[in-house]
Amino acid sequence: MTEASLTKSFEFSSSHRYYLPEWSEAENLRVFGKCASTNGHGHNYLLEVTVRGPVDPITGMVINLVDIKAVVEGVLDEFEHKHLNEDTAYFKERIPTTENLAVTLFELVQARLPDGARLAGVRLHEDEDLYVEHDGGS
Amino acid sequence: MMGSPHGRVYLSRRYRFAASHRLFSSMLSEAENQAVFGKCANANGHGHNYQLFVTVAGEVDPKTGMCFDLGLLDAIVQQQVVERYDHKHLNLDVEDYLEMVPTGENIVRQVWSLLRDAIPDRKLHRLRLVETRDNSFEYAGEKEEGRAVP
Repeated sequence: MTEASLTKSFEFSSSHRYYLPEWSEAENLRVFGKCASTNGHGHNYLLEVTVRGPVDPITGMVINLVDIKAVVEGVLDEFEHKHLNEDTAYFKERIPTTENLAVTLFELVQARLPDGARLAGVRLHEDEDLYVEHDGGS
Repeated sequence: MMGSPHGRVYLSRRYRFAASHRLFSSMLSEAENQAVFGKCANANGHGHNYQLFVTVAGEVDPKTGMCFDLGLLDAIVQQQVVERYDHKHLNLDVEDYLEMVPTGENIVRQVWSLLRDAIPDRKLHRLRLVETRDNSFEYAGEKEEGRAVP
């Protein structure tokens, strides 16, 4: 059966801070610069989710858009208008860099996708000039 | 593996430079240049606001959460590419294109050769050069460099 990739975009807004408590103030500033500011800062993130699979001969779809919307919006509920370090469970021990957030979102979306749909990758834009891609590979 | 700090990620950052160029080959006649390059062959050249997306690949460092130092990437691309090309006439002011037509295809391959060895640990993964809203050029090295375009 013919395969195709479908990509859908989602926006969410969160704040974060890059800071390692075991490092000195000076070391944090040297490595993370203004991203280490005490009270954090925020972004409008854009998440692109790509699902790959056979095109269903009856519906003509790789995945029902209603399903992918429900899955991804369900995942993003935990992050929308939150402070990633303070308000989510995922960044107590890890810094919420774009890299770590992309990997986390990939794993959360993958775990909730319905049978038959394969998550090919995510692309997470922090702003217009920076994005991170992850496809589950190590 | 939920929440694993490990995994290969691809980080892309956009850089900009403005440059002029002329598509003209000394190996072709005036008429052939006009036929192949059209108004891009106009004698005095023209310019673009180029955007260069540089993609590096790597494992996420479990401590910093980063796969590449952005400050270092900025410094390398600034020195190797932006300072070299920004506000220049590529054919006349940049030695890279004295013998080579500065098409998007040639520019993206030339930028690859400028960055490949400057970026540590062979982490350069892919380049995308956007010339206009409608034209962009991608390059990820040759197959023998052991890289696959995802």
